[in-house]
Amino acid sequence: MTHQIFQMVCFVFFAAVAVGAALAVISVKNTVHAVLSLVLTFFSAACLWMLAQAEFLALALVVVYVGAVMVLFLFVVMMLDINLEPLREGFTRYLPVGIAAAAIMLVEMLGIIGVKTFEVLPGPNPAGTSNIQWLGEALFRQFLLPFEIAAVILTVGLVSAVVLALRVRTFSKRQNPAAQSATDPATRLRMVKMQAVAPPAPAPAPDNEATQP
Amino acid sequence: MNDAIIFGLTLGKILAIAVPVIITVAMYVWWERKVIGWMHVRMGPNKIGPFGLLQAFADVFKLLFKEIIVPTNANRFLYFIAPMLSVVPALAVWAVVPFDHGLVLSNVNAGVLYLLAMSSLGVYGIILAGWASNSRYALLGSMRSAAQMISYEICIGMALVTVLTLAGSLNFSAIVEAQAGGKGLFDWFWLPLLPMFFVFYISGVAETNRLPFDVAEGESEIVAGFHVEYSGSAFALFFLAEYANMILMSFLVSILFMGGWLSPFQGWHLGWLSVPGWWWLFAKFFFFATSLLWLRATFPRYRYDQIMRLGWKVFIPISIVWIFVAGIFKYFGVVTIGH
Repeated sequence: MTHQIFQMVCFVFFAAVAVGAALAVISVKNTVHAVLSLVLTFFSAACLWMLAQAEFLALALVVVYVGAVMVLFLFVVMMLDINLEPLREGFTRYLPVGIAAAAIMLVEMLGIIGVKTFEVLPGPNPAGTSNIQWLGEALFRQFLLPFEIAAVILTVGLVSAVVLALRVRTFSKRQNPAAQSATDPATRLRMVKMQAVAPPAPAPAPDNEATQP
Repeated sequence: MNDAIIFGLTLGKILAIAVPVIITVAMYVWWERKVIGWMHVRMGPNKIGPFGLLQAFADVFKLLFKEIIVPTNANRFLYFIAPMLSVVPALAVWAVVPFDHGLVLSNVNAGVLYLLAMSSLGVYGIILAGWASNSRYALLGSMRSAAQMISYEICIGMALVTVLTLAGSLNFSAIVEAQAGGKGLFDWFWLPLLPMFFVFYISGVAETNRLPFDVAEGESEIVAGFHVEYSGSAFALFFLAEYANMILMSFLVSILFMGGWLSPFQGWHLGWLSVPGWWWLFAKFFFFATSLLWLRATFPRYRYDQIMRLGWKVFIPISIVWIFVAGIFKYFGVVTIGH
């Protein structure tokens, strides 16, 4: 019983943090703080999924979104010098539209999931094996073709982004690493051969009194 | 009541891992200075305590008692939270690292994923430290380090994929058990995954921002990189995170490719030498941890473009090819898994 109460407390805590951080994303003034709030939102969502025993989804969310995508976001936000005042002007004007969009999305999601499924508690192992094993077998056996198609689409997107951003610059300097490592030191430096023998020791200074025993 | 006992026990286990890790960090710093001293034909620390052993603790107390100076235009909140953000993932990762058969804090199925998730969080501490301290050098250092860590995380992830393919599990203990066999050290994964072993190890060096890949600090160009504006205990936290990550990398190489706690002479009937145990894991850890210092004393620093080239143009193609090769190994049963 106490276990369930503990889980409930955890759920409420993570949910509250997620909602609070999501509100902070759109309300804080500093853009870097906003991005960090978004990171916190993702992380709290991952914790919620972990509570629901969807550990693969939770960890994938952290690895992909928190660990990679949001880092790039942070990069961009840090680099850009945004003047925030004009961006903040329309906040109250757009608020009703935003609330309407959010309400419609909520209704749609409820429609997809079905209100009834909220009452069913997920079992510890839906497929009898571990979550990840089940997911892997489903992805790579049952749904291999859709999975591969999705991968190809993502690759195409990546390549097209590179092609769009690529501009041939005449002044860019390139290096040929193979040529660099194949260079002969003798062509770059003047190699001086020296004899490996010590020069004859200079005669000891005449120091008569000190050397007497 | 029962829950209170379980809670206390878990807390005790966490401390039983975290405190030795922190002490190992101090001893590792001492060992680093000693080893590099010997390689430079110097003595290294030898004044405080026997063999200079207490030097590490003297340094810790020195750092803790120093004043923390906040730069004038720094973002105070992020400035103070950045060191914590880098040290928390570095310590949290240890929850899934096994030290012997069954000797692990949390024997989760998704151990490898958890490790990837935690190590990908470490980059935030560095980026925020560079940005919040409002310094050009710090920002340059954090940009370099973020780019470097993201690039090499891909290589590490791909190396992990080859290990998972062969072991058939995401659980670290199961990965070690999959390397057991009658041929001793020739049953470990370093042999079928030899290129990935090197890729993983070198990426681990890059991921922890260590020499020869320490452009994030780059004393000769950008003073000390992301932590140039930090002093006192805030700097000590960055230090702790970096060395805890190095220790972790050494443990991971030992666990993933070198058979963890398995004996290298397993199945060779050599008496006590063939018995697996935690001492083997610690011996392997010690070897890899020392070789990190060896690298530092030996190689000059890579240039930034060379690092990026190595990661993207050399390691990632090798990794992609070897994922395919590992799949073939697994499919045709070339590699024996388990006993």
